[in-house]
Amino acid sequence: MFQVTLQHFLVLSAILFSLGVYGIVTRKNAVMVLMGIELILNSANINFVAFAKYGNFGFSGQIYALFVIVLAAAEAAIALAIVLNIYKTFTNVNIDEIDNLKE
Amino acid sequence: MNYYDILFYLFAIITLVSAGFVVTTRNVIYSAFFLLFTFFGVAGIYVLLAADFLAVVQIMVYVGGILILLLFGVMLTNKITNVDIRTGTSNLLPASIAIGLLMGALVSAMIYTGWKVQPASEIPDTSIKNLGALLITDYLLIFELLGILLLIALIGAASIARRDKE
Repeated sequence: MFQVTLQHFLVLSAILFSLGVYGIVTRKNAVMVLMGIELILNSANINFVAFAKYGNFGFSGQIYALFVIVLAAAEAAIALAIVLNIYKTFTNVNIDEIDNLKE
Repeated sequence: MNYYDILFYLFAIITLVSAGFVVTTRNVIYSAFFLLFTFFGVAGIYVLLAADFLAVVQIMVYVGGILILLLFGVMLTNKITNVDIRTGTSNLLPASIAIGLLMGALVSAMIYTGWKVQPASEIPDTSIKNLGALLITDYLLIFELLGILLLIALIGAASIARRDKE
């Protein structure tokens, strides 16, 4: 029961994923939604690395986790540039009030 | 329970508790700083899974890069005079019920699936050599494409964030 197995890592990543989805669904601030996305990407990475260790797939799982980290960095930069533009246009970043493409 | 198990539970508790605070606290700055502890906890989990290079990359890229970007985003999108930076919430009750169901389904699926566990016979001391060899052989094309993607993202972010002078 307390011996750590593959299931422990999978359950940890499932709970982290659920928390990320909860953050995306309930928060209004666009930056908080980005934080939820980062939590989800981290949970996916834990799955990749856990299966890489327990599944005898060599190092491919770790390589893909590395790629996910690179994509997360690019995504965060682009998304924050967009959020800055939204703030300049609407003077807030509450995603439930922004329903126009231009002012 | 040996040291490995104790360390796993320690890092798991750090990760999950701080992730819970990230999505429930109303102050956006607090959320960003709790995200720091979440990233450190996940880096510890990587170390326990024999992915040492990935743990260092996690700390350098997530804590050193993405978290700073998020903090910039929080600071730049709130009025400076506004001392407490708060975020509104919506649909709390239905979201809690739905996410609770989702979490229960996912966790039970993870527990009751009969995963075929077959650990590698020997784990090398460090993963850097194997990762580097894979990056320039099997995954060379993806590696180069990711370099181009990062360049495009850099140019795109700079040109989107700059306001055009009209």
